[in-house]
Amino acid sequence: MIPALIFVVSSLTLLQFFVSYSRSVIAESKAHELSGEIREICGVTTRSLAGDQFPRLSQLIDLCPQGGSGANNVWAVLLYFHLLDFARKFSRWAVPSLAQWIEAERGGCAYAAAVVLDRRIAYNRMMMTQQASHY
Amino acid sequence: MGPVDYVIWFVVTLVHLFCLACVIRKRALSQHFTIVLFLTASIAIGVSRYVIMLTSGLSSTSYFYFYYYSDAVLTICLFFVLMSFYSQVFSEMGVAKIVRAAAMHMVASSSERLLSRFAYEMSQNLYFVGVVLTYVLWGAMMKMQENRTRLIQLVLGLGVFLSAFAGSYALRNMYPDHMIWRFFIHIMAVWLPASWSYTFLKVPEEARMATAQVVSPASR
Repeated sequence: MIPALIFVVSSLTLLQFFVSYSRSVIAESKAHELSGEIREICGVTTRSLAGDQFPRLSQLIDLCPQGGSGANNVWAVLLYFHLLDFARKFSRWAVPSLAQWIEAERGGCAYAAAVVLDRRIAYNRMMMTQQASHY
Repeated sequence: MGPVDYVIWFVVTLVHLFCLACVIRKRALSQHFTIVLFLTASIAIGVSRYVIMLTSGLSSTSYFYFYYYSDAVLTICLFFVLMSFYSQVFSEMGVAKIVRAAAMHMVASSSERLLSRFAYEMSQNLYFVGVVLTYVLWGAMMKMQENRTRLIQLVLGLGVFLSAFAGSYALRNMYPDHMIWRFFIHIMAVWLPASWSYTFLKVPEEARMATAQVVSPASR
């Protein structure tokens, strides 16, 4: 009985901590201004991105070598995005009013992915410039 | 022990070392001394487990007891980390000492009651006390509108880790023979140093964010 209770409470706190953590990563990335190049790739002029762009950005991140300090939390954002996708499917018939919030959150995930891609492109460009200067 | 176990052990140790390097590189050693203590203890315990595993074997009693009691030591180190977070959050109110004393009393009383019980249950309960304490701290941070981004992310990363461990230990208590536990707990161990590494590398000490940006509408 006690392990079951601990499991239920821990699962609920895990969900809340994880959502808050992912939101903090997204909020922190929103302080970063996207470069013109990334805006062109994403085809946007405003500061917000559509959630549907996340899979494409995620694929581009995989293609772009990771550099410098290395660490990025794209996997946490990726997990959050899948969680939101699941919630979107569930909310369609259970809580339709949540759809708008979920869409805004998916857009936030796409923005965080765009920031990671932007940083990676900038790093690779810097490395190429350095290499070119050696020859 | 198969190749997967070796890879997991190597990755976990490497991520802990990387996180330790990040803390030192960002000169956060004095401010986050307890994190350094935890990471050092994790690396030392990881190496000791490996040595015991080589000498006594994965299914030996000595490895079993060392694993769970060293896990309890690591959990207590995590409580020290939690206490340091409490002291940072409540530093301006001047009640840090009271909060720390109350939290330590809570940990001590729960450990005392649990030491005689089975190792799984002890770890499960220690982690659960950690979850409760982290949740109380997070609640206080929201109430006080804490805006230090680095502190917010460190606390939330710890909350995810403790909740996942408490939940998985509880589930393991109910279904002890399931093979998934052999890998799941080790993989989950990567979360904490990985999320802390990200925080130390990408979030400057002076970064600030509004708590409202982090809190999901459901919990407001």
